[in-house]
Amino acid sequence: MQWDWEFAAEITPVLLSGLKVTILATILGAAVAAVLGLVFAVLRRSSNRIVSRTTSFIVEFIRGTPLLVQLYFIFYVLPDIGLRLPALTAGVIGMGLHYATYAAEVYRGGIEAVPRGQWEAAKATNLTARQTWINVILPQAIPPMVPAMANYLLAMFKETPLLTAITVVEMMSQARIVANTTYRYVEPMTLVGVFFLVISLISVVGLRWLERRFGRAPR
Amino acid sequence: MGDWPGYLLLILQGTWVTVQLTVMGCAVALVVAFVAGLGRIAPWPPVRWLATAFIEFFRGTSIFVQLFWIYFVLPMLGVSLTPMQAGVTALGLNVGAYGAEVVRGAILAVPRDQHEATVALNLSRWQRLRHVILPQALPLMLPTFGNNAIELLKATAVVSLISLSDMTFQAQIVRSQTGNTLVPFVTILILYFLMALALSTLIRRIERRVTRGLDGVR
Repeated sequence: MQWDWEFAAEITPVLLSGLKVTILATILGAAVAAVLGLVFAVLRRSSNRIVSRTTSFIVEFIRGTPLLVQLYFIFYVLPDIGLRLPALTAGVIGMGLHYATYAAEVYRGGIEAVPRGQWEAAKATNLTARQTWINVILPQAIPPMVPAMANYLLAMFKETPLLTAITVVEMMSQARIVANTTYRYVEPMTLVGVFFLVISLISVVGLRWLERRFGRAPR
Repeated sequence: MGDWPGYLLLILQGTWVTVQLTVMGCAVALVVAFVAGLGRIAPWPPVRWLATAFIEFFRGTSIFVQLFWIYFVLPMLGVSLTPMQAGVTALGLNVGAYGAEVVRGAILAVPRDQHEATVALNLSRWQRLRHVILPQALPLMLPTFGNNAIELLKATAVVSLISLSDMTFQAQIVRSQTGNTLVPFVTILILYFLMALALSTLIRRIERRVTRGLDGVR
């Protein structure tokens, strides 16, 4: 089968409109992951054994099971208990939840890297737990985490095609729709691959810059 | 609705497919990781470029896209693969590309004087790798390899989308036949989690094994 440049040019706008959804899902998912991840990380450090153990188990469980199945779970099971979510919302929640468990590890590493003396000083100056976290610990913990977080952002971007399985029309779905209506697989599939590769390569350059800017290389 | 043992059997058949995919995928990934990882630090520039291009390509595009490309596009170029072969190939190449960076990192982390000592002792290239470098690099690779293996297990769910009847695919069948969504999905979530636990236990055991006898070194 020959590569047809005209056909490729014709379907590019359709794929790019899918790419917009892909990027939107990535950004929203990342926001959910960043917030939930912090919640997981803080709960895991809780002095209440039951809270910290339960959180650990939940985090381990989510990390140990496939994102695709979690997406199915959110999209198909939740409506049974009366919670019907639009596909994109379900996808964003699913991806956010999944990557929150990874983000939690990054937060944990960053928080543990803050010297003990800072905690003790916060205690000595009689700061509340809230003040300690917001004014002392997090401002020191977050900058070194940036490269690792960006790494997971990129990983999440590459997992967005899974959303196609729960009927979100992102770039991969557009490619499949094109392929199924025209019976030409070579151009749409290859173009999707090329778009992913181009964005990833650009992001890698950005990532290197972040690593230089914030010092520590991701482990 | 009543035939639960039958449905459970269906899911367990899917579990077997998932296990096969994971084991074969890991085997391919391991080979790919070492070939590409060693290629990345080979003394010949063309080999290095080739390995770098391979790694960047498979890390830069999504596993999902790779799988679809292998399954739908390759046949049009004259290479037809069964869903199982396509799945193992995609998983092996993708995870192998990530593993290659681990291999490279671990080998470079072996102290320089160890490399120099092997040269001084006039060991051949293969002897250096086999007897000095790898025994020290392997323990560094294992924890990350363990994580990669779990990522591979999780990625196997994607092959259900090219109609390979793995655990996720079977759960969808049970869902469509019974109309019950909760039971099949919870069942496979638990099964996936147990498999991930088994994998991490296995890796920890291997880790203990290969670090035996390295006490004095590190």
